[in-house]
Amino acid sequence: MQLYLPIADIPVNVFLILAMGAAVGFVSGMFGIGGGFLMTPLLIFVGIAPAVAVASVASHIAASSFSGAISYWRRRAIDPLLAAVLLVGGTLGTALGVWTFTFLRSLGQLDLMIALSYVILLTTVGGLMFWEGLRAMLRSRRGGPVTLRKPGSHGWIHGLPLKLRFKRSKIYLSVIPVVVVGLVIGFIGAVMGIGGGFILVPLMIYVLRVPTSTVIGTSMVLTLVTMVFATMLHAVTNHLVDAVLALILMIGGVTGAQFGARAGQKIRGEHLRLLLGLLVLAVGIRFAVELVIRPQDLFSIRETGGAPP
Amino acid sequence: MRWRTPLAIMGLVAASLATVPARAERLIVSVSNHRVTVTPNYSGGELVLFGSVEKDDKTPPNRNNYDLVVTVSGPRADMVTRRKERKFGIWINTDSRQFLQVPGYLALFSNRPFDQIASPEVQRRQQLGLNNVLLMQRVGPDFADVVPNDPFRSAFVRLRSEHGLYREATSAVTFLTPTLFRTGIPLPAEVPIGTYNVEIKLFSDGALVTKTETAFEIVKVGFEQFVATTARQNGLVYGLVTAFMALMTGWMASIVFRKD
Repeated sequence: MQLYLPIADIPVNVFLILAMGAAVGFVSGMFGIGGGFLMTPLLIFVGIAPAVAVASVASHIAASSFSGAISYWRRRAIDPLLAAVLLVGGTLGTALGVWTFTFLRSLGQLDLMIALSYVILLTTVGGLMFWEGLRAMLRSRRGGPVTLRKPGSHGWIHGLPLKLRFKRSKIYLSVIPVVVVGLVIGFIGAVMGIGGGFILVPLMIYVLRVPTSTVIGTSMVLTLVTMVFATMLHAVTNHLVDAVLALILMIGGVTGAQFGARAGQKIRGEHLRLLLGLLVLAVGIRFAVELVIRPQDLFSIRETGGAPP
Repeated sequence: MRWRTPLAIMGLVAASLATVPARAERLIVSVSNHRVTVTPNYSGGELVLFGSVEKDDKTPPNRNNYDLVVTVSGPRADMVTRRKERKFGIWINTDSRQFLQVPGYLALFSNRPFDQIASPEVQRRQQLGLNNVLLMQRVGPDFADVVPNDPFRSAFVRLRSEHGLYREATSAVTFLTPTLFRTGIPLPAEVPIGTYNVEIKLFSDGALVTKTETAFEIVKVGFEQFVATTARQNGLVYGLVTAFMALMTGWMASIVFRKD
């Protein structure tokens, strides 16, 4: 069934988009991530303009993280104070990101920047995850203990001032790194159309040392608010949010996520991280190839407005 | 780069002076539909332009070898053509050229090839053919059209043609009788909305005899168009509604799939 997307301005097959939403939802449910880093590239590969893909996926991630956040809230697995401090940085970062997005678009280099940031971020993060997963797997195969956290290793981060006690997470931590983490995630989320869960969760675990009991729920709250904010800003400044596209993605996504979550529980943690690392790495490489090979057409046209109604 | 500014301006002046001579023929034309509504599942269509050449007593009695050129131009907009180049091993947009107020749709139809209808000079002055239509560009402080084989201009015309938005057909106009003619105006699926001007020029023995104009309108209707208009005109409301929709979908999913 063909459907015309009003903002993306192209006809698409509803079932293809629905299937993409479900597939990404499955993966996101399995790994406990938003899946934006998969959804945006998929949409771009289907032929939707990168700018529209980024802006529309923001609302799609808002939906999936909201349904996730509700269930984590019921289980009291969200640290409200930590979420609030993260959000201070997140909101600022999102505004900064949307501003950068608009600026790059006016320069005509937005598509390049989106592709480049995907290559850099995904190959780095994917590579690290893969490596970490591989080591953990080898360690467990050799029968050694799987240590994710080195106990007692307090780095320079814990020497920073403005400390605050985060009761539900049971940590005592300076607000500065928390705000910075929020800022970074908000920024890349707005520019790249990703919730940033796959970066935020490791950052919270390894840098902020947030216990695993609250880490996913809290990161979902941050993702939710920054993505709602990003949707709003993209809609107001760039008019690029395709609501029809977003709705199809949401429906596919939330459904797929349920099955993904069940599948995820059957796979061991280190295998899961290895798989996720591979997946992230693969998407990054796909973008790199796109940049390096000669494009089919060297020229492109874009309307810059100025049409009197 | 060779600029065609002086020529183009001279052409415009000449064209405005050329309309004075005593009218010996009159063109009567009509399009099959003056208001085309495009629905979301519109996959292209065609309008038909009919017309006849009316002679009067001033017409030379043995003049029957008419040529006709129909120019359809859609709503105008500014567009940018960008060129990718390989830099640091990757392909990035480097050079760009801005096209000012160029038609979103442009079609030129005639009954035989333009170079058989008129001399190159007349073709340029009357803007016959995609190579001769004025496409204003901005390069630095200059406003001008460039030679037809300029890489940006030809890429622009080629890309628009690939989408069926720019076209040229030198056998599209058919004379049903020596004075009665018709031509189809194909409209692709992604046809821009707005007012379309149709200019019909009558030539005889390589010279412009008379010309006339008509117009039609393309309106998109349906839910998709409503969404697009709202997104552009009420960004805030649109954003709020989209965000609310996202939250509702997420909330509903959490109810439907509630595990505990």
